[in-house]
Amino acid sequence: MSVPHEYMEEPLEQPHFLKRLGLFDGLWAVLLLAGTVYTIANFSVLMDRYEVGILIGTGLALALFGWAWKPIRPLGLAVAALSLFAVWAYGDTLAAAETDFFLKYLFSSQSAIMWMSALFVMATAAYWFALVMGSTFSGKVGTALTWSASTMGLVGLMVRWRESYLISHDVGHIPVANLYEVFILFAVITGLLYLFYEKRYNNRAMGAFVLTVVSAAVAFLLWYSFERGAHEIMPLVPALQSYWMKIHVPTNFVGYGGFAMAAMLGVAYLLVDWRAAKNPQSAFVRRMPSLDQLDDLMHKLIALGFAFFTVATVLGAMWAAEAWGGYWSWDPKETWALIVWLNYAAWLHMRLTKGWRGKPLAWWAIIGLFITLFAFLGVNMFLSGLHSYGEL
Amino acid sequence: MNLAITLLVAVSIASIIGTVLQQNLPYNDYVIKFGPFWFEVFNALGLYDVYGTPWFLVLLGLLLVSTTVCVFRNTPAIIRDMRHFRLDVQTKSLRSFRHHAEWSVKGAPSELADRLGKQLKRDGYRTRQGDYGGNARIVGAMRGSMGRLGYLLSHSAIVIICIGGLMDGNLPLKFADSTGKIRAETRDLPIANVPAKSVIASDSGSFRGTVNIPEGSSADFVYLGLRDGYLVQKLPFEIALDEFRIEHYPTGQPKSYESDLIIFDEELEEPLRKTIAVNHPLVYKGYAIYQSSFSDGGSRMVLQAHSLDNPDTEALRLEGRIGQRLPVETPRGKRTVELIDFKPFNIFPIEEEDGSEGQKNFGPSVIFRLRDASGEALEYVNYMQPVPRGESLFFLSGVRSTPSEPYQYLHLPLDENDSLKRFLRLRAKAMEMNHLQTEVAAQLASMAGSADAELPQKVANSIVELVQTFVAEGIGAVVARVESSAPEAEQDAALKSFVNVIQNTLGAIYVDLLAEEEGKDLGEGVSAADQRFFEDAMNALSLMGSYGSPFVAQLTDFEQVQASGLQITKSPGKDIVYLGCVMLMAGVFFMFYMHHRRLWVRIEEDGENSRILFAGTGHRNRGDFGKEFQRLQRRLKAVSDA
Ligand code: HEM
Repeated sequence: MSVPHEYMEEPLEQPHFLKRLGLFDGLWAVLLLAGTVYTIANFSVLMDRYEVGILIGTGLALALFGWAWKPIRPLGLAVAALSLFAVWAYGDTLAAAETDFFLKYLFSSQSAIMWMSALFVMATAAYWFALVMGSTFSGKVGTALTWSASTMGLVGLMVRWRESYLISHDVGHIPVANLYEVFILFAVITGLLYLFYEKRYNNRAMGAFVLTVVSAAVAFLLWYSFERGAHEIMPLVPALQSYWMKIHVPTNFVGYGGFAMAAMLGVAYLLVDWRAAKNPQSAFVRRMPSLDQLDDLMHKLIALGFAFFTVATVLGAMWAAEAWGGYWSWDPKETWALIVWLNYAAWLHMRLTKGWRGKPLAWWAIIGLFITLFAFLGVNMFLSGLHSYGEL
Repeated sequence: MNLAITLLVAVSIASIIGTVLQQNLPYNDYVIKFGPFWFEVFNALGLYDVYGTPWFLVLLGLLLVSTTVCVFRNTPAIIRDMRHFRLDVQTKSLRSFRHHAEWSVKGAPSELADRLGKQLKRDGYRTRQGDYGGNARIVGAMRGSMGRLGYLLSHSAIVIICIGGLMDGNLPLKFADSTGKIRAETRDLPIANVPAKSVIASDSGSFRGTVNIPEGSSADFVYLGLRDGYLVQKLPFEIALDEFRIEHYPTGQPKSYESDLIIFDEELEEPLRKTIAVNHPLVYKGYAIYQSSFSDGGSRMVLQAHSLDNPDTEALRLEGRIGQRLPVETPRGKRTVELIDFKPFNIFPIEEEDGSEGQKNFGPSVIFRLRDASGEALEYVNYMQPVPRGESLFFLSGVRSTPSEPYQYLHLPLDENDSLKRFLRLRAKAMEMNHLQTEVAAQLASMAGSADAELPQKVANSIVELVQTFVAEGIGAVVARVESSAPEAEQDAALKSFVNVIQNTLGAIYVDLLAEEEGKDLGEGVSAADQRFFEDAMNALSLMGSYGSPFVAQLTDFEQVQASGLQITKSPGKDIVYLGCVMLMAGVFFMFYMHHRRLWVRIEEDGENSRILFAGTGHRNRGDFGKEFQRLQRRLKAVSDA
């Protein structure tokens, strides 16, 4: 039932990548160009040259990305349209969030993020229902919900960006500056990564597993917001006021997304392996991708995560060099990034040079997620705790 | 290879230790935490500076050697692999590949080879054609050799990064330290008095140090932290701080800070002026100068110390700079005031009248420590401006015994002149035996007709003692007394009557004070404001038990001097590390996203027809290569049939 795309018939002569682009691709590029030019024309006084560079780079990357993975284009358009609508509805006062119907219930960042949360949880339920009951329809619903959730998450981030500037010009910043914001980023990136591979492998059964980790992130997000009021937009400390943040943080989260999805595939691998040993014909085993496919995909995601994590760590080091005066200071966060990196390097070595496959690597991918989680949450929670204890 | 993985794991574990145990604290903290025995054990293991210990450096060194060896061993084979098309491959090997196919078509080998080669090119392969013995041709093709290069790039990158890192790790200094050539200074000395053994000349290698420069001052050195002390690293130029500026958010958090620096260097025609800010360092002669922090640079404080014991003596004027120690004579003995810090403003969240959350600036504050002759100290934070609460104004002072505790705040009520005078007088009168006794006697006079002649005297004594306990030690001491003397069932009632007595006695003293010393006309009773003052005073007195200071020091004037915290580094290895980083990033992407794949098409004449043997191998990544091979095979078949 899971027929990878590549096996399908295709023309003898694959035209060159650029020749395969259609009208919509052109339109997409033109829109991105227009958006980039408009932004530079109107806002370049607010940006330094690196930020202009990042903006142009983002435009280019989005154009290419949309060409290579077509569904990004409608997603991008929807996010842009809804965000612009919200920005327009705000005008120049935050108070509109209380009075404007659309802002209040849909597109103020807080509402959009609540919608994202609800949609991700519903998507998770739909995927599980599809997997357990064998309902194709429910699987499709899961896909639609995941796309909608990602859209709302991105809209939430975009609008939050604007809201921070509405609070005051000094406070304004890209919303990747604290744990609350990056958790949204994490949920969206992991969701999109999953959607990419869902299409690629034409299999929705993995969704139940991957969306579970996204839902866990959403649960944390909600707790963090309701219990700790983390959704308040806070001004940035001076060290974070840098263009480096704009590239370092999102890169990091592609890495984390890859590792998280790999770990969930590890869980899926172990379950399929366990069920298949008992009953190779069980519905669960038939619905899931084959063990080989899971193993292969797990490797791809760890490779992807590792590559992005490498870049993110290097960017982080360069930023540290500029902000703190040293590219490496062995502070707990840096050191744990190194540990995560070494861990996955060892994982890759085992697979590539020792020929390990399957179960041990699946377990290791799961353990890897805990190491990653510690680097990304635990260091802040426990080591800073130890830290203050140490200063007693 | 096994060694490499073992080393990766070992480095990870060592790194974890360094994150769990906070590094480079003052040694005293470790002694307190672990006790003297374990302190020594951990010290011997170097756990207080894991990343600088010899064994950790050895681990890194081994990783470096192992990776270097690995790269050297694999390089020749990889380069060969990238360049050679292996046209001499044996037919037997081709047939043994997992991916191979054979078919026959019409046509001559050379013409077919051209056609199939062209198709492979169209599919993105580099090709080379050759004779394959007698009447056969062979086309070798490959793609993605950058993937193999990726291995070389990324692994040599690790070696290069380690080398750069070691250059910046300042090994000569570590060596000099271990041989005793230099010694960390642990005393707090003026820079001129630091012994030569702890001073490093300006032409040395890499370092990373910090220095605080007050406005209007300059420095030509930085401090390097070394184990339990510091070294002084000389700079080949002098840095002066012209002005330091800081901006704040409404919440009081720093928004941005920057320093106007002037670099004096003989080699400069005129001094170099440059402003640095967080994230915007200045690089001069390979020395990078960063804005890393800020602090007080020795602001001048003027304090008026109002004695708690003799409120009518003139307040003592204390003047000094933050960082200084001022000796003070008090009726309770010698004390030292250590001026620690000054804050020009203090913003705290408050609840606004409408219930919403807001912020309020409580104005400047001074923090000082008061040390007695035995070395015991309490720390105080005193606010300069009167603080309103309810309808009254207060002098706000916080006290704590260690920096890790929160302050216990006292609100001392201010009189009509915004002065502490009235409160201090009230307190002193209550402490004064004679005065108290008169008041008590007056009260007791109303207790007429007692049988026991000595009773009034006894009662009077105990009331005096009670009131003085309250004033000197606070309500806590009174409660303690009730708990130790009265049976449990009667404690509540006893406490209530004690408080009553205290209140009445002090109330009487207060009324006297208003009438006699302030000359108020109390014919209409005590005014509401004066009534409130008394309640506030009672509250303050009830909490003053642990205040511990013989005086209340009011900040009356200041002149702020800020200091900029600079971090100065020289890291000659930085560019090497960055080169390594670029190689690493490129290498990793090449490794993951370019797969080295080889194909062979052997075409052998077979009468009218040709027999085609198509085979291929992919470096790793079985699944995807299998799919690609099948696709190529279909295409080649179609092309050869045409
Ligand atoms: C800090 C140390 C190291 C790191 C982070 C590291 C990282 C990696 C990574 C990520 C891969 C995956 C390659 C791929 O997908 O092709 C890899 C492959 C490999 N590594 Fe390492 N490595 C390190 C040290 C070493 C050492 C010391 C050796 C040898 C003793 C070694 C030998 C290899 C080999 C043989 C491969 C397979 C290369 C190939 O077949 O293309 N590595 N390494």
